[in-house]
Amino acid sequence: MNREDFVMLDQDIVYFDNGATTLKPKRVVDSLVNYYTKHTSNIHRGDYDAAVVTNDLYDSTREVVKNFINCNDSNEVIFTCGTTMSINMIVFGFMKKHLHKGDEVLLTKSEHASNVLPWIRLSEEIGIVIKYMDLDDDYSLSVDSVKKSITDKTKVISIAHVTNVIGDVRDIESIGKICMENNIYFCVDGAQSVPHMKVDFIKSNIDFLSFSGHKMCGPTGVGVLVGKSNLLSEMDTLFYGGGMNQFFEEDGSYELKEVPVKFEAGTPPIAEVIGLREAILYLESIGLDKIHEHEMNLKKKLVSELEKIDNIILYNKNSDSGILSFNIDGVFAQDSSIYLNHYNIYVRAGNHCAKLLKDVMGVKNTVRVSMYLYNSLEDVEKLVDVLKNSKDIFKIIL
Amino acid sequence: MDSNLRREIIMDNYQDPMNRGLIEDDSYLKVNTNSESCIDNLDYMMKIDNGKIIDIRFDGEACAISTSATSIMIRNLIGKSIEEAKILLNNYKNMINEKEYDEELLGELIVYDEIYKQPNRKNCALLPTVALDKMIGELEKNG
Repeated sequence: MNREDFVMLDQDIVYFDNGATTLKPKRVVDSLVNYYTKHTSNIHRGDYDAAVVTNDLYDSTREVVKNFINCNDSNEVIFTCGTTMSINMIVFGFMKKHLHKGDEVLLTKSEHASNVLPWIRLSEEIGIVIKYMDLDDDYSLSVDSVKKSITDKTKVISIAHVTNVIGDVRDIESIGKICMENNIYFCVDGAQSVPHMKVDFIKSNIDFLSFSGHKMCGPTGVGVLVGKSNLLSEMDTLFYGGGMNQFFEEDGSYELKEVPVKFEAGTPPIAEVIGLREAILYLESIGLDKIHEHEMNLKKKLVSELEKIDNIILYNKNSDSGILSFNIDGVFAQDSSIYLNHYNIYVRAGNHCAKLLKDVMGVKNTVRVSMYLYNSLEDVEKLVDVLKNSKDIFKIIL
Repeated sequence: MDSNLRREIIMDNYQDPMNRGLIEDDSYLKVNTNSESCIDNLDYMMKIDNGKIIDIRFDGEACAISTSATSIMIRNLIGKSIEEAKILLNNYKNMINEKEYDEELLGELIVYDEIYKQPNRKNCALLPTVALDKMIGELEKNG
């Protein structure tokens, strides 16, 4: 649906790499062009007309994000470079202060590198203990597994809402409730969920939520960290500089501004925040429920067709998102993606930054199809047709 | 080169590569090579005796181009001196990077002479050279 909004689709391509990044609708691109051609200016400092326009757009984006993910206050919204930066801010700005040696952090082996490596580094620094919760046979995470993993030392659960290879949707509402009852910080990586389904910060009792703009029709270089205000007030900033201080003196005294501005040192990604604003308004105008339903319909169709092809191995046909990982039997994933590229079908091959998942799945690399609102039944049919003929793959790619 | 013959040579070396499988032997030099732009991940080991390469082995997961190029490269290098190996490697890299090269020195490696037409595969074809350059560099550093 809405294919006409995406100029990239004027080319004869099938874009199935939405888990990596999404296409941008014209209105998002226009908002960037407008900033660069009509009201270029920095924020918080200018008295001239263009600066007022920019300032209003930048500041009001917090309210737009607040309504989008339903947090309590727009001041709980911090702009970052993306999910990776958001999680690093949680780990090194908050957790480093609040956790102690021996405290347990629960992750899973299907997490993206950005939700594993910062914790590994923190464990080196202060001796926290990382534990990986068991995954079910279909590589999903059950609420029971979460319950079983909790000990009296568990202080944090940090998980993706939707994982980026398996695409399983975690029951964050139940897990959030468990966290609240057990006094556990609940960190949610929303990179693969916020763009595709309604996420409710309050209802799921999330303490920290991270997501990226470019995976939801927005520009690259901008992301969001949403945190409960009482926690953000106890979080240290990792960056110091202009825009975030009240004063500083020769004797070394200084005072920082309030949350959230104290976390946004230097000139932030202004154009990108404005573009993110436009992207969120765009997604809301379509409706997240409608987007999710559309993706699921396409996935069901794709799964049912691929199951009929002998040499296709599917790894996550039952997960409730538009992500499907597969391999052509006996073919290295990268060769498969190069084959698909010959037909202008864009997918991703690899471990998708989830490098621990191989221990559970027994396969290191897969081809990943990840869908979005503008994918169509024709896209699915084209992929199926090309895969049906994949017995000749090496004739095509060599 | 005829495209069927080219494909046949690449496929033979992909499906049944020379010296695939590592061995336990401390007298070998060892190196792991990840291709930075893709997902190939191969381990290499090489044995030198009297300034000559007497064995190279490899293992890991990689695409058809990386695997076959490694296999053909191994076949070409065993028995050569380090100096001869360096000349061959440089010629091969020149071919992949569209610079002047001596076709005579490359043997079956010539099957990759059109890989430049697929820029996203150049690094796959160059993967064995990264590993061998590393090992030769290590050897020369340690005298």
